[in-house]
Amino acid sequence: MLTISSLLNEKIVAHARADHPDEACGVIAGPVGSDRPERFIAMLNAERSPTFYRFDSLEQLRVWREMDDRDEEPVVIYHSHTATEAYPSRTDISYASEPGAHYVLVSTREPDRCEFRSFRIVDGEVTEEEVRITGEDGAAAVGSGEDGAAAAE
Amino acid sequence: MAIEVRIPTILRTYTGGAKSVEGSGGTLAELLGDLDSRHQGLRERLVDDAGLRRFVNVYLNDEDVRFLGGLETPVVDGDTVTVLPAVAGGSR
Repeated sequence: MLTISSLLNEKIVAHARADHPDEACGVIAGPVGSDRPERFIAMLNAERSPTFYRFDSLEQLRVWREMDDRDEEPVVIYHSHTATEAYPSRTDISYASEPGAHYVLVSTREPDRCEFRSFRIVDGEVTEEEVRITGEDGAAAVGSGEDGAAAAE
Repeated sequence: MAIEVRIPTILRTYTGGAKSVEGSGGTLAELLGDLDSRHQGLRERLVDDAGLRRFVNVYLNDEDVRFLGGLETPVVDGDTVTVLPAVAGGSR
């Protein structure tokens, strides 16, 4: 299960909408071993493509070093699909290289809603997981994070 | 002194879990050969018939070796080589 705050859910959706029709991508870092996504880091899509994404290699080095310095790890790795469903593609699966991360996919293929789903990808196997969105008062709503709890615009 | 090589999580099965290993060599190619002699199979995850694998990033200190000399990049004692699998994917 992915537990994520509504604020972070909204930030992912807003980033995906802003970069549409290119794929958006990024990381949410959290303390090593905590499984808590806390620090939102939007990344440049060095491919700038509607069908492919890749972190810029030097930006990735900087961010990975920074996480290391702060005793963090990538808890969430997110990216958007702009014309297909929010489900890991063959390339998503083959390049997934952080077995401990939650792979969040959003789809901006429809203008009035944004699919938001989370997956584990380990040794080439995809397992979808529940998304639990927590509000500011700690109240939780289990289910999908569609449309970033309304206020993404 | 030697050359420190920082290993990403997904490749630590080749290093017995170590985040960092040491090696020697005059070029990146020699260094990887040296590492492979103690961590068999590691080199093949980084190099294929065409050279450095496309979706693995290798850095010499603060630079991406793609912009230096690739496998022929000179390395010296005291350098740090960092390996990070590229984070990438797409719609298909």
